[in-house]
Amino acid sequence: MELTLWTYEGPPHIGAMRIASSMKGLHYVLHAPQGDTYADLLFTMIERRGTRPPVTYTTFQARDLGGDTAELVKGHIHEAVERFKPEALLVGESCTAELIQDQPGSLAKGMGLNLPIVSLELPAYSKKENWGASETFYQLVRGILKDISEDFSNQPKTTWKEEGRRPRVNLLGPTLLGFRCRDDVLEIQKILGEHGIDVNVIAPLGSAPSDLLRLPKADANVCLYPEIAETTCTWLERNFNIPFTKTIPIGVKATQDFLKELHDLLNLETSSSLNNESQSKLPWYSKSVDSNYLTGKRVFIFGDGTHVLAAARIAKEELGFEVVGIGTYSREMARKIRTAAKELELEALITNDYLEVEEAIKDTAPELVLGTQMERHSAKRLGIPCAVISTPMHVQDVPARYSPQMGWEGANVIFDDWVHPLMMGLEEHLIGMFRHDFEFTDGHQSHLGHLGGHSSQAEISNKEIEFSESENKSNNDQNIHWTTEGKAELAKIPFFVRGKVRRNTEKYAQQAGCKEINGETLLDAKAHFSK
Amino acid sequence: MSGSTLLKETGPREVFCGLTSIVWLHRRMPDAFFLVVGSRTCAHLIQSAAGVMIFAEPRFGTAILEERDLAGLADAHEELDRVVKDLLRRRPEIRTLFLVGSCPSEVIKIDLSRAAERLNTQFNGQVTVLNYSGSGIETTFTQGEDGALKSLVPLLPSSKEEQLLLVGTLANPVEDRLKTIFKRLGIKKVESFPPRQSTQLPSIGPGTKVLLVQPYLTDTARELKNRGAEILQAPFPLGAEGSKLWIEAAAKAFKINQTLVDSTLSPLVTRAKKALQPYVDQLAGRKLFLLPESQLEIPLARFLNNECGMELIEVGVPYLNREMMKPDLELLPDKTRIVEGQHVEKQLDRVRTSNPDLVVCGMGLANPLEAEGISTKWSIEMVFSPIHGIDQASDLAELFARPLHRKNLLSPKNLETF
Repeated sequence: MELTLWTYEGPPHIGAMRIASSMKGLHYVLHAPQGDTYADLLFTMIERRGTRPPVTYTTFQARDLGGDTAELVKGHIHEAVERFKPEALLVGESCTAELIQDQPGSLAKGMGLNLPIVSLELPAYSKKENWGASETFYQLVRGILKDISEDFSNQPKTTWKEEGRRPRVNLLGPTLLGFRCRDDVLEIQKILGEHGIDVNVIAPLGSAPSDLLRLPKADANVCLYPEIAETTCTWLERNFNIPFTKTIPIGVKATQDFLKELHDLLNLETSSSLNNESQSKLPWYSKSVDSNYLTGKRVFIFGDGTHVLAAARIAKEELGFEVVGIGTYSREMARKIRTAAKELELEALITNDYLEVEEAIKDTAPELVLGTQMERHSAKRLGIPCAVISTPMHVQDVPARYSPQMGWEGANVIFDDWVHPLMMGLEEHLIGMFRHDFEFTDGHQSHLGHLGGHSSQAEISNKEIEFSESENKSNNDQNIHWTTEGKAELAKIPFFVRGKVRRNTEKYAQQAGCKEINGETLLDAKAHFSK
Repeated sequence: MSGSTLLKETGPREVFCGLTSIVWLHRRMPDAFFLVVGSRTCAHLIQSAAGVMIFAEPRFGTAILEERDLAGLADAHEELDRVVKDLLRRRPEIRTLFLVGSCPSEVIKIDLSRAAERLNTQFNGQVTVLNYSGSGIETTFTQGEDGALKSLVPLLPSSKEEQLLLVGTLANPVEDRLKTIFKRLGIKKVESFPPRQSTQLPSIGPGTKVLLVQPYLTDTARELKNRGAEILQAPFPLGAEGSKLWIEAAAKAFKINQTLVDSTLSPLVTRAKKALQPYVDQLAGRKLFLLPESQLEIPLARFLNNECGMELIEVGVPYLNREMMKPDLELLPDKTRIVEGQHVEKQLDRVRTSNPDLVVCGMGLANPLEAEGISTKWSIEMVFSPIHGIDQASDLAELFARPLHRKNLLSPKNLETF
């Protein structure tokens, strides 16, 4: 049993719903009690979908449990097929139905329906949403292709060169409720077109089960979101000999690496434009003098696997930030994140507990947080600028404008999205600095809205309270005392690093055997810890 | 009873389960914590319905069952004890802990009443542990509040004192306002249940006259009656007329002089009608279709028809308690089509063919209907907004007029005129 106040991922059947809702001509019969229909609002409210998810919930009740729930399931399947006339049917169960073991998938298969039926087994008590999406996509592709795969292995494979056509690839992994998938697909399609590469099938987003039959016609697969598509890509590689890309084209350098990798997979000559940085404005914006103040900005990164890995690389290599914390809620991506953390000389934070993430943010005292919707809220409470880089997301992370994360335009979007909150953070700092000037209007509103200038003040007094509490504590524990002058100097330090400075100074004082901290000790500590 | 046409329908439903009630209950009683014993789905449901992220630490959470909890129930109880201990160590300010049953906990039959009993002994006075079920296999949406209140009834101290008890969660300002009005009428003791602090429970007994504020408290009402209280029959306090009848029911029970009642309420009703008029102009003659969700559908239909002149195409309700709804049902026009239960697909077919001006529905259905050109109002807004009482009648009407007003503002025809 795990106490959860809030969860980054939903249960696995939500993942299955993401696949079903992303596609056309697919229907999902979900054996689930009343109440589980809440999931519809994720799609209709967060994604502002103008259509209901193609899901029929059996909505069984307690009184049905005494009777024949199997008949109930069959009735719903029958009605759904009749009404929606799907090309293929997904049949599965949510957490409660898993317990009553009606085997809806087998029931459906025994009904003699004339359409492909994919039975989903998504263990609700051990797995989560992204796993559910990945498994559903894989089972669906396998279910649709399993008959062909045997014929296919007997045929000799010809290359695009031999066939005298342009190379073509599948784009795999984009779904609804994924982060900016809609625009990533457009951006990647555009870039591939510029390199003479055609797109064969995009799935699951926008495709129908019948489109999946064409998957084997591709020369390579582009795995856009490993959380969703890696299992499927691996299966397609094994059964159809289609290689897939491992680099995720988020950031200028990763986009270049991705194109290089894809060209190699396709045996396509690389054009000189590949390393032309001017395709994105990010490199120049980052070099321009205005960006000097970005140097060494301390950034904390948390989210799914894909976007966190990409963000860490961009932060370090393309914007000159210092990554001070990195983590993910995705157990499936834990190993990759740990490797990345090691390279950054950090300990990766792998957790589904947002309070633990908030604590880690406090401890590392970053100047920018890159995270999910939840980190945006945590950062807001802590008064730290934040940009959202990953699901779970809010309606505001599904913008009306074109705003991909991938490719050249994605890099532009990322520069703006990450740097603007920082500039605002700087503004916040200036408000704090100039608060005592007579021109300054108290109650000035900045991007933190009602938290504005006022809050920094509240923030300071909070910190002072915190200060005096911990001062007492340190008096007892370590016999270290802050002089009035020391406290005054500390108060001049911007609030978002003050906690860190205080801890470092106390640590230094303890090491140096100082009993008293004054302004000089503060400066000594600063010199001691500067690299 | 009026000549409404009462129909029943079964099939796929699109309603929240009783866990959703936690979203407003925890705000009503800030010293209580609601711990759902359930699955990741339960946690995800509540956070999706509540927009949980704005809280640093919400006063509700889920003890998520894992595979090993399913394997052995003895272990599940041990695990629950551990989770509760951790929670209370972290949140020492919690005075009442509700263990809330869910679909999975009901299906595997974790006995939460036994768990509550055991934990009560362990925490001996530090915190009161109660239990109820908010599971979707037994409850819809607002019924969760019924379960929570019912579990509190045995804790109410007995008293024969004469008093008026308002039962059901109200927005604090609305509660204050209603109490002021009852005081003006000379009713000396007016209490609320649930109270604003879970520990400040009102007393109950033969002197207590209960006015239900919300129409979904069947079980709670029965328990209160068993404790000797009298449940007053009245329409629910939505709209100027409905609220007036509701207040008058109390006045009559307390034998308040009719002249005082009239002189107190008439100016309020006159003012409310005046405030209501601009919305009546927008709503009158418009066709309304209510899908089942909050159980407020019948009183809302009564208000929107009787006081705002809307035409009722269909009034859907998750379930129908005829006795409790009787005063409201009697005020509905003849042959009003009331459908209990749901077959969401067939009902949406009827929405489309009847071409309503406004549909009251859940959040999952709102955008899809809007995309088809049908204006909607989310029913969940009714449980968050201060809508009860005579003074709130125009605010209530405004909730329904706004989507129509907006549609009018954005319509191409309108653009041409300007």
